[in-house]
Amino acid sequence: MSAVLFDVPGPKARRRYRTIAVVWVVVLVAMAAAAIWKLYTEDQFTARQWEPFVTPRLMLELLQALGWTLLAAVLAIIPAVFFGLLFGVGKLSDHAAVRWPSWLVVEFFRAVPLLMLIIFIWSTRGFQQGDFVALVLGLVLYNGSVLAEIVRAGVNAVPKGQAEAAYAVGLRKTQVMSIIQLPQAVKIMLPSLLSQCIVALKDTSLGFYVLAPGLTYAGRELWRTFNNYLAVAIVLGVIYIILNLMLTWLASYLDRRFNTSGGSQVEIVAGQVQAKA
Amino acid sequence: MEGLAANADLIVRGFWETLKLLAASGALALVLGTLVGIARVSPIGIMRSSAALWVTVFRNVPLLILLFFTYYALPPIGIDFGFFVMVTMAMGLYTSAFVAEAIRSGINGVGVGQAEAARSIGMPFSLTMSQVVLPQAFRLVVPPMASVFIALTKNTSLAAGFGIAEATFRLSGSLRDFPGDRVVLFLGIAVGYIIIVETISLGASLLERRWKVA
Repeated sequence: MSAVLFDVPGPKARRRYRTIAVVWVVVLVAMAAAAIWKLYTEDQFTARQWEPFVTPRLMLELLQALGWTLLAAVLAIIPAVFFGLLFGVGKLSDHAAVRWPSWLVVEFFRAVPLLMLIIFIWSTRGFQQGDFVALVLGLVLYNGSVLAEIVRAGVNAVPKGQAEAAYAVGLRKTQVMSIIQLPQAVKIMLPSLLSQCIVALKDTSLGFYVLAPGLTYAGRELWRTFNNYLAVAIVLGVIYIILNLMLTWLASYLDRRFNTSGGSQVEIVAGQVQAKA
Repeated sequence: MEGLAANADLIVRGFWETLKLLAASGALALVLGTLVGIARVSPIGIMRSSAALWVTVFRNVPLLILLFFTYYALPPIGIDFGFFVMVTMAMGLYTSAFVAEAIRSGINGVGVGQAEAARSIGMPFSLTMSQVVLPQAFRLVVPPMASVFIALTKNTSLAAGFGIAEATFRLSGSLRDFPGDRVVLFLGIAVGYIIIVETISLGASLLERRWKVA
């Protein structure tokens, strides 16, 4: 697409682009060098700062924390999928008595900050130290509500003719939903579902606030002992980026694999579902 | 109920902090995000790839880790502008990646013929962007941008652990003081957030209607 925005450069433009590119690189390198120099003069590259990450015992602890983080993400996403299916289909129900409560629940948990939800659940459990359950419950409610919207959008994105044909051959409402609409919707939803997994994985970091075991809590323990804030922030950031990039690749692989015609119709921007432009 | 009444003053002041944080980090994210979004479609390859790197990094790092970075890691090495600025910096950087993606999808949504027409009358990249593509892209960008700002509103709650007495901080304090009024306090503060979120989406749909081309 970007090639549409500018002409194919001629010799003069190519020279100009090259000059700008060189200046750009020089500026970036200078900024990086200044940052590294600053960190060096502030003693951020000493062995003391980074040693914990190559100490076997602490590496094992970090690995355990990673395990907790992944566990939180998995324990959150699986029930959230069922929550999403239940309330997403509920929002599409023909009965107002089912539709409205589903709408209320989904909209409420989507509008309320996740952290606030987690802290509230934590308070109902007596502010106990390291409340993993509060973290997971909060994640389930929030991600489940977002997934409900994804399910609704996905079902709506299935061509109308499918449901009409199913009714025409005499299937009942439940059958139309469960054996005609949902299976096709799942295919459409898959990339959004995986994007939501990334959001959930990032949100596991909020366990920090309720002192739940996980990467961010482990980071806190590390910097309390070694006073190496910068090193901890960088290492945790890199771990999260790698995990999320792996999920992103999986998402685009599945998108290619299952949606050969034109990609998916719904996408997520900043945790909100919308029809793809 | 009395818990909510007794804390009403603190809670309102908390929401004022939330709004301040939202405005400051939203403005930072808009400026940075627009620049990065434009760089992502620029004719210069290295600019495109550095902008893509920016988006990849800030979209995949949890906001909390960025807060660790600006709030805990930078001040000890002499970079400190106070709690508010450091927290705003983290939120602005994080959100800028989402703004850039929204802008880019807006630019891609403008009809191919528009840019082609601009080029055919001799406009260079800068004019094509500033006079033809971006004004139309901003219109397309309204709904995803509203989602970004709604997400930012909710993300400001993370500041609760970083020295800013915003609404979620007030919630956590008043939950400890009035354990009997938990549900009322939670719902009361939730309503505050819902009002902010609804205002943003209302504003977005107004803008969308006003900027709509027949």
